[in-house]
Order: sequence, then C-alpha cells, then structure tokens
Amino acid sequence: MKDFIYNLKKFRFLFWELVKKDIKLKYRSSVLGVFWTLLEPLLTMIVLTLVFSNLLGKGDDNFPVYILCGRLLYSFFSNGTKVALKSVRKHGSMIGKVYVPKYMYPLSAVVSNYIMFIISLVVLAGVMLFEQVKITVYLLQAVIPMIIILIMTMGVGLILATFDVFFRDLEYLWTVFLMLIMYTCAIFYKVDNLKTAANEMIFKCNPLYSLISMFRDAVFGRSIMDNSYNLWFSLCFSLGVFLIGVVVFWRKQDKFILYV
Amino acid sequence: MEETNKGIPTDEPVVETNANTVPADVNPELQAAGEIPAPKKKKKKKKKKLPPKVIVVENLGVRFRIQEQKVDSLKEYFVRLVKRKLNYKEFWALKEVNLSIRKGDRVGILGLNGAGKSTLLKCIAGVLKPTEGSVTVKGNIVPLLELGAGFDKDYTGAENIFFYGSMLGYPKSFIKERFNEIVEFSELGSFINVPVKNYSSGMKARLGFSIATIVEPEILILDEVLSVGDAKFRKKSAKKLTKMMKKGVTVLFVSHSSSQVLENCNKAIILEHGHIVASGKAEKICAKYEEMIGIKDTD
Repeated sequence: MKDFIYNLKKFRFLFWELVKKDIKLKYRSSVLGVFWTLLEPLLTMIVLTLVFSNLLGKGDDNFPVYILCGRLLYSFFSNGTKVALKSVRKHGSMIGKVYVPKYMYPLSAVVSNYIMFIISLVVLAGVMLFEQVKITVYLLQAVIPMIIILIMTMGVGLILATFDVFFRDLEYLWTVFLMLIMYTCAIFYKVDNLKTAANEMIFKCNPLYSLISMFRDAVFGRSIMDNSYNLWFSLCFSLGVFLIGVVVFWRKQDKFILYV
Repeated sequence: MEETNKGIPTDEPVVETNANTVPADVNPELQAAGEIPAPKKKKKKKKKKLPPKVIVVENLGVRFRIQEQKVDSLKEYFVRLVKRKLNYKEFWALKEVNLSIRKGDRVGILGLNGAGKSTLLKCIAGVLKPTEGSVTVKGNIVPLLELGAGFDKDYTGAENIFFYGSMLGYPKSFIKERFNEIVEFSELGSFINVPVKNYSSGMKARLGFSIATIVEPEILILDEVLSVGDAKFRKKSAKKLTKMMKKGVTVLFVSHSSSQVLENCNKAIILEHGHIVASGKAEKICAKYEEMIGIKDTD
C-alpha cells in the first residue's frame, strides 16, 4: 500500500502526460482540430434527427436534445472502453523496459476520453439553448450520471485491457457487443413507442440505458429520484464492475509482460 | 563452479582490489583529462567501511511457460481447452541466483545468448516479477535499454522529452528545467520540433540517451547501448557515462564482449543457463569467460 501511494505520487505526471498525448494526437494534422469533438456529435445528431424524428421520435421531449444526450454518453462509453482495451498492448514495448504502474494506461485512456466528453457538452448546451429547452435546477443532477459513467467505464476498461493482453480477438468481440449495447440504449428512439414487457426487461438490464435516461431526466427538468431504480442499479453495477476490474487487473498485471 | 552464488561484493578482498585497480579500468579519455586523483582515493577507500548494498538478489528464479503453439485468440483457447491440448513446456530462465551489489560497483554481466542476462536485468528493473526469490533495490533505477523504444512516433522530439521523462518518473518541473540541456546534448537542433517518426535511428538513440541521463541515477542499467549513434556521439556518451560512474553510480552492464566489460567494470559475473557460474573481479572473470567461449575476443 505504501508502495502504491509512493508510485502514484511519482508517476502522476506520467498520468497527465498520457492523457494529454491521447487528446493531442487524436486531432493532430486535422484542420479543425479539437473542434471535431464538438462538430462530430452535432453532425450525427442532425443526421439521426432527420432520419428518425418522424419514425420513432414522437413524445414530449425535444428530439434533437434527446438524441444528443444519449449519443454523448454512449460515445464516451464506447470510445473510452475501446481505447482502454488496446491501451496495455499499445504500450507493450515500454512495459518490458521501464517500471510504470500499469493501471496508468487504461485509466489515462478513459480519462482523456472523459475530458473530450466534457468538452462536447458545450454542443449540448448550445442545442438546448437553440431548441429552447427550459433550464431548471434539476439540470445539476446531471453530474450524478456523469460520475457514475466514469466509474463504470474505468471498471469495464480495466477488465477489457486485462483480457485483451491474453486474447487478441477481444477487440472484435467488443465492437460487436458495443453495437448490441447501442441498440438497447434508446439513443435514437423513444422508449414509450416500443413498450412491451420484454423490451422493458432489456432496458432494465442495461446500466448504460439507466444512466442515459437519468441524464435525460436531469436535462429535461425532472427529478432523477422519480425513477430511482436507474440510480441504484447503475450505481451498484458501476461500483461492482469497477471493483472487479481492479481485482482482475491487479491479479493479472504481473503476467502482462509475458504476453504483450 | 566453487564460486557459484557467492555474491560478488560480499567478500572483502574484491573491494580491496577494487581500490587497487581503479587506474586500470578507467576510461583512457578520462585518465588523460586527469579527473581522478587515483592514489588519493586508494587510501581513502581502504579505510572506509564497505559501502551499503543497493541491490540484493536472493534465490531468484524465473520460470517461463512456453506454449508449444502460441494461443492468443479466444477461439483457439477454447478449442484447445476442449481438446485438452493446452500444453506448456516449462523452463527456468533463472534459477537460484544470488547476488548483492554495493553502491558504486560497476558490474559486468557476461553470458551467451539466452543465458538469462536480460531476464536478470528485467527483474532488477522491476518490470518482471520473479517466480521465486526476491529482489531488493534501493535507489532509483534508470534503464538504458533499446534507447528510444518509449517514444511516441507522432510526437515531436520536444514533446517526447516530456513524455519519456515522465515515464522514467521525473517530475515535469524538473524536465522543464533541464529541457535545454537535453536538447543541447542530443545535438538535434531544430529537429527537436519534428515528429520522431521522421528521425533516423541514430537521432532517436541520441535523444533517448540524453533524456535518460539528465538525472544522476543511483543505479544505471546498460544493455549494450554503448554502440549507439555515430563515433562522435559515442565518444560523448561514453564520456558522460564514465563521469557518472566516477560519481559513484552503481552500474549494471550487459555484454557479450569481455573487452567492453573489462573497460567499464570492476566486477563481473558470468551467467550460463540461468545460473551464475562465476563472479568476482572483472579481469579474472573476463579471462575465464574468454576461456569459456574459446575465442579470444579481439575487438
């Protein structure tokens, strides 16, 4: 434990360097640079709105804002886990040479995506103003799902990064699994339009959906405690997955060097 | 074989010889520069008690599992699991290695390919966890292995200085302070703002060396890096290393070549099939090594 804290202190600069590197390199040699963080969700929102608004978008909530909420949270989760998954293997050459706490790699990958996610919230604010969504005190609740999703992504990222070292095809499997998650997250359709008992079950089992709908509640001025299942389920799931992630990573990390 | 596992520096005579032989293994360049008042030191060292142990390796063993065929996909893993074909061959890269190194020792590690030299260094550097036994290290280690391996190719040289520096555990403010010094020593000039992917291998090695050596490490691990860059830079880096060595840095130096060890080290060990087969004074061990490989090393 003493070593852990000592190393954390010694390598905290490395952590931020890794975060910075991810962000810097992502948009290097692109003309618009970091603006893509804003532009990309905006463009997808427009496309999805055009395609789906008449088909699946009937309901009370403003549809573009509704889409954007789901899309921002989902893309953080999907990008964060995807980058974390590859992170250990990507730095394989260093793992064999210099001692660095290995959890730095997946966690910094998640954090750099989180920062980009926070930046992209500017788009949401802009669209909310543009669409004249009422701003209420409940908006402050949005912080809660944002914290929970960070914990969850870190947990999943740690697990994926660990197993990816041993099984390279996890990358492809995870892409497919992410697609499954995306379609069950109600990003571009409204749940009310598809309500059956079976569907209800699926949404209840998807922690990311819980987080997204909590976030939407906050944005559209409802208390997230109206549907407290979302909060408790996603919170327990995230803490559980984070704990599992830490344990799995901890127990396997000494073997990484033999496989990367 | 009598000398196996003795642990070089523990025996008193070796330390004495250390003092006596200082002029012999000094780099000629430095000797010319007159940086070491050798006779003075001799007397001092004799009176001083033994310097503290900085690296203690006890009963170290590293076991590797070699799969007869590499299984790294899930599908294959399950197929083999069902067929019960997950066979491993075990082999010990290091076994029962005992070693203790005192502050200021410069230890050459000799051995043929596959003798376990790099594995030993990896254990000491802390990147590889031993299967059995323990490694205790006091002081910060700077490994100089495959210089430039930690660079990000899309980053410029300047950005890589910060990145690589933080990887070695240097705080940012410290790197900032020494930034100019690093750039200067690497002789990269305006290339420092060019992405590393456009560097030549020599440039990369120069930058790597410059970053790794800005701090005076307590323990320096050299894995055949003395051959980087052009002749001019080689001379410069050798000079810097010898300067560090004179300041009492503990050095672990891996090589195939006994003449290099003789030039840079005061003690040496020979590894063979994961065991230390000989350890002691550099001259003696180098002679033994040459005898062992049956070739007189001429370079």
